Amino acid sequence: MIKSDILIIGAGPVGLFAVFEAGLMKMKCHLIDILPKPGGQCSEIYPKKPIYDIPAYPEILADGLIDKLMEQCSQFQPGFTLGERAMTIDKQENNSFVVTTDKGTKHLAPIVVIAGGLGSFEPRKPLINNIEKYEGSGLEYFIKDPNKFKNKKVVIAGGGDSALDWAVVLCDIASEVTLVHRRNEFRGALDSVEKVQHLKNLNKINIITPAEVVGLNGNNNLESIIVENSDKSKTQIKTDFFIPLFGLSPKLGPIANWGLEIEKNAIKVNNSLDYQTNIPGIFAIGDVNTYPGKLKLILCGFHEAALMCQSAFKILNPNKKFLLKYTTVSGVKGFDGSHKKAEKAVVKTIS
Amino acid sequence: MTDINIIIIDRLGKKHNVLAPLDMSMNIMELIKSYELADDASIGICGGMAMCASCQCYIESTHKLNHKSDEEEAMLSEAFNLKSSSRLSCQIPITKDLKDLIIRIAPEY
Repeated sequence: MIKSDILIIGAGPVGLFAVFEAGLMKMKCHLIDILPKPGGQCSEIYPKKPIYDIPAYPEILADGLIDKLMEQCSQFQPGFTLGERAMTIDKQENNSFVVTTDKGTKHLAPIVVIAGGLGSFEPRKPLINNIEKYEGSGLEYFIKDPNKFKNKKVVIAGGGDSALDWAVVLCDIASEVTLVHRRNEFRGALDSVEKVQHLKNLNKINIITPAEVVGLNGNNNLESIIVENSDKSKTQIKTDFFIPLFGLSPKLGPIANWGLEIEKNAIKVNNSLDYQTNIPGIFAIGDVNTYPGKLKLILCGFHEAALMCQSAFKILNPNKKFLLKYTTVSGVKGFDGSHKKAEKAVVKTIS
Repeated sequence: MTDINIIIIDRLGKKHNVLAPLDMSMNIMELIKSYELADDASIGICGGMAMCASCQCYIESTHKLNHKSDEEEAMLSEAFNLKSSSRLSCQIPITKDLKDLIIRIAPEY
């Protein structure tokens, strides 16, 4: 059982900033995210896009913002459960919550904060009739352990960075790598495209374009795929694995069944106070919540994180009085007296 | 500047005549969102950067539209339920030439 004061579901920008705000008040956080790395949408969808409305940053790349937030919150040593989806929540007799992931990891905390953005990122599945039959028996949407494909035949479909990058990685591991894409052009970083071109020139990778995987065959396990070419002719290709990489799309997912009040696919919260949901002890901040006048902006999520922490502190410390301390006065560890001191200004008379 | 009429067919097949402002530098995806014609979390996920295909729509009138950028072409090539009339609605700015444009929002995926 992983224990923390505040369990944050979603390691995007708002979840990460909540760790910092909580840290100032000596509350320890743990984060769960379905993605294998922190950053949420900023890392997954638009890492290299500039953001212009983060206060004091006239321009910052999305992945740069995540790096900064990680640096800022890491001093409070948050824990991470990455690559797992929060599935269920159970209220304990002492009003704490146990959140269990799809892999069975259990997390205990008196406060749960949902900072889930638009939801957990699920793979976009190609529209192939019997696709579900082969999930787990030859069809993979994620590559967790590349060694699974050692000396196997692999077909990857897709034209973006992840398809290109994994094609490159698996070239050295799998016995045969085929990349199928609907058009001749790939949508990836120049570096990745060039690497794949190089491997193609060395005959280490088969590229079939413009084409689409339209069928899957095999008794129990996947044995072959059907590729439809642009002239509608079909080719059968023997393979052990098929990996469609068509990006991820966010779904609210299991959180929708946690008994929280949902409106317009978002969690209703009390915005006049602390962004608490209809279940005391569960908060929702950032894009995942809704209230009159809600703005889905990262900076609004930061504000919500700060207010949430005030209430979380009162729940955790019902008998303590809390007075807001400014980081300019007390540094980042001001709560217990220890602090990073600012350099003293020189006091000198100007004559 | 006046508003123009645009016809949007939602994912359930219902037709909506909506007024689109010409002076807000809006695109069609934003228009759909502002009239709440699709679940908020199911459209414009990337915010309009042509980096997801959640705002795919089909053009059902003969209007001449702006050309697709390389980014839009590339993203559409990874989209599902694709038709020759497919566009990413976030990549279509609202201009006066779009008066009475008819678009159908592609199925959620």
